[in-house]
Amino acid sequence: MDLVLLSHGAGGLEMTALIDKVFLSRYGNAAFRGDDSATLQLGARNLALTTDSYVVTPLFFPGGDIGRLAVAGTINDLLTAAARPLALSASFIIEEGLPIATLERIAQSMRETAAEGGAAIVTGDTKVVPRGSADQVFITTTGVGEVIRPGVSGAAAIPGDKIILTGSVGDHGATVMLAREGLLEGASLSSDAAPLAALVLHLLEQRCEIHAMRDPTRGGIASSLNEIARQSKVCLEIEESAVKVRPGVAAACEALGLDVFKVANEGKMLIFVAPGDALRTLDLARSSPYGEEAGIIGEVTTGPPGRVQVRTAIGTARILDPPSGELLPRIC
Amino acid sequence: MKFSDEFRDKDLIRDIARRLQQLGGKPATIMEVCGTHTMAAARFGLKELLPPPVRLVSGPGCPVCVTAQEDLDGFLALGKEPGIVLASFGDMLRVPGTGTSLEKERARGAAVKVVYAPLDAVDLARQEKEKEVVFFGVGFETTMPATAVALQVAAADKVDNFSVFCVHKTMPGALKALLSAGEVKVSGLLCPGHVTTIIGAASYDFISRDFGIPCAVTGFEPLDLLLGVESILRQLSEGRAGVENVYTRAVPAQPNPRAQALLAEVFAPADAVWRGLGVIPGSGVKIREKYRDFDAQSRFAALLAQVPPPPPTACCCGDILRGVMAPKECPLFAQACSPSQPLGPCMVSSEGACAAAYRYERD
Repeated sequence: MDLVLLSHGAGGLEMTALIDKVFLSRYGNAAFRGDDSATLQLGARNLALTTDSYVVTPLFFPGGDIGRLAVAGTINDLLTAAARPLALSASFIIEEGLPIATLERIAQSMRETAAEGGAAIVTGDTKVVPRGSADQVFITTTGVGEVIRPGVSGAAAIPGDKIILTGSVGDHGATVMLAREGLLEGASLSSDAAPLAALVLHLLEQRCEIHAMRDPTRGGIASSLNEIARQSKVCLEIEESAVKVRPGVAAACEALGLDVFKVANEGKMLIFVAPGDALRTLDLARSSPYGEEAGIIGEVTTGPPGRVQVRTAIGTARILDPPSGELLPRIC
Repeated sequence: MKFSDEFRDKDLIRDIARRLQQLGGKPATIMEVCGTHTMAAARFGLKELLPPPVRLVSGPGCPVCVTAQEDLDGFLALGKEPGIVLASFGDMLRVPGTGTSLEKERARGAAVKVVYAPLDAVDLARQEKEKEVVFFGVGFETTMPATAVALQVAAADKVDNFSVFCVHKTMPGALKALLSAGEVKVSGLLCPGHVTTIIGAASYDFISRDFGIPCAVTGFEPLDLLLGVESILRQLSEGRAGVENVYTRAVPAQPNPRAQALLAEVFAPADAVWRGLGVIPGSGVKIREKYRDFDAQSRFAALLAQVPPPPPTACCCGDILRGVMAPKECPLFAQACSPSQPLGPCMVSSEGACAAAYRYERD
């Protein structure tokens, strides 16, 4: 008998296979492109719709909490479709016995994060389940946004595009992992959870020639880069030394045996931009909130479609494959 | 924390790569004994920097990969018993036993807990007093002291519901068996840095003395590995065979006396079954009589006796662990066997030779 395993939820190959087999085969349609948001044509208006469920232990960690994650994640997913976030719903599955003060802290954090991202939380749902049927609280957020630049998609990267990454990698995953194992003491790590609306909307308003965007959450940049290489049927070349990793994150990943490229981020964006507009876009990103450390980490090439190659820090080449297996169980 | 960034310095690496080109005129097969070496060589693309006639082959030093299927089957069988919690390092979760794995058994309802250290499993036993917590003791000399401490703590604190399923293995015995069989024509050995911090570099003297094979004890950064290769090529070109330590920042010539005393107090030498290599006399350890009450193989002997022996498999992991087959030569590689559908442990372990080849070197 085939059963759902934790690795099916880890954002890697197993998850793609499960989604293809169970969901896409039943209610997929011709418009499905494999992006984080769906886009819907309503008369003259073009809307983006996305949804995401959040499960994380512990609920509160340096740099954020489950509420900030739930709002920022959905806002960022809307932004990948070049959409201005408008409204969010928030549904809670709460385990019996959760202190109401905890729920209040989470709700307050959600309100502040939504305001930061320029969206309102307009509807929601509340369910309470018996102790043991859920782990403290699970949150599902759904977001609607207005597409301001049609055509931006993970399937739209073309050879020549430069790849901008808006900051360091692995901060969120490493922080949560250490917090969960009680290893944070003495480590100066902090999650990067943040809504990137100001940054991305600024680039779109300045008419940067962006072709594709993805927020590299579960599975890290390894997962997102492989998705875009496959969707766009292009080859990506990444310069390892151009990808920033904070020393504390690098240390945590070495100690836990993790590849930092496969560790989650919650406040970063990969932006594929036309080569002629790359430097201007980079400058604009660097002058925006959460984009100060943006850099160009690679480019799209005419190499074998679907492949992501890394030029290592010592000048050799290797393949960056999508993650497989459960790297960070239940990180979010 | 300070990182050894200078051991990833591009210019230093270019320098040594140039020196290697001058040294590497003749064919040489160098075995990296340790799984972490295999992974590091692949992750940094080091094969590109070696002279063409010099090739690296992977040895038996991935502890997950060499764990025998019958041992894993025994541990998995315990998980089917109500009230038994299986505690394991995360690496073991997806290693296929016969028809199942820890990951699959967990989804079927078995209590499987991933721990980062054996002492975490003792703490788990303290918390779950009404359950039996069995820790899967996997690994070489590097992880054995941690298991030894867990056994001592459990005994001292009378954590009677804790036990260790001991499949720990020792490196020198396995190397001796591998080289004695003569199946692999190895020109030199890159010896495992971390194991050697415990057992001392002198443990490999017999390899150069009895087999005439040069050895280099190396670390895990690109420069460490290339220095190791250089040491071996230089010894070969000068017609010598010794044990050179190029990882002196971590490894002394003599064993770590504290760790050795700890191991001697808790473990006694024993024969061990290695996946792909079979039974190797004196290449493993068993838990001493003094700690018998915490020995899962003794506590659950009746249950384990009922576990059937594993059927033969199509997996070539044995040949790969002996270095007689390269991962890409296996007919299953990247076809029936991949990291999401691993048929053998070399594909599943992060240190496995097949996983390294799949991740970093696939064409």
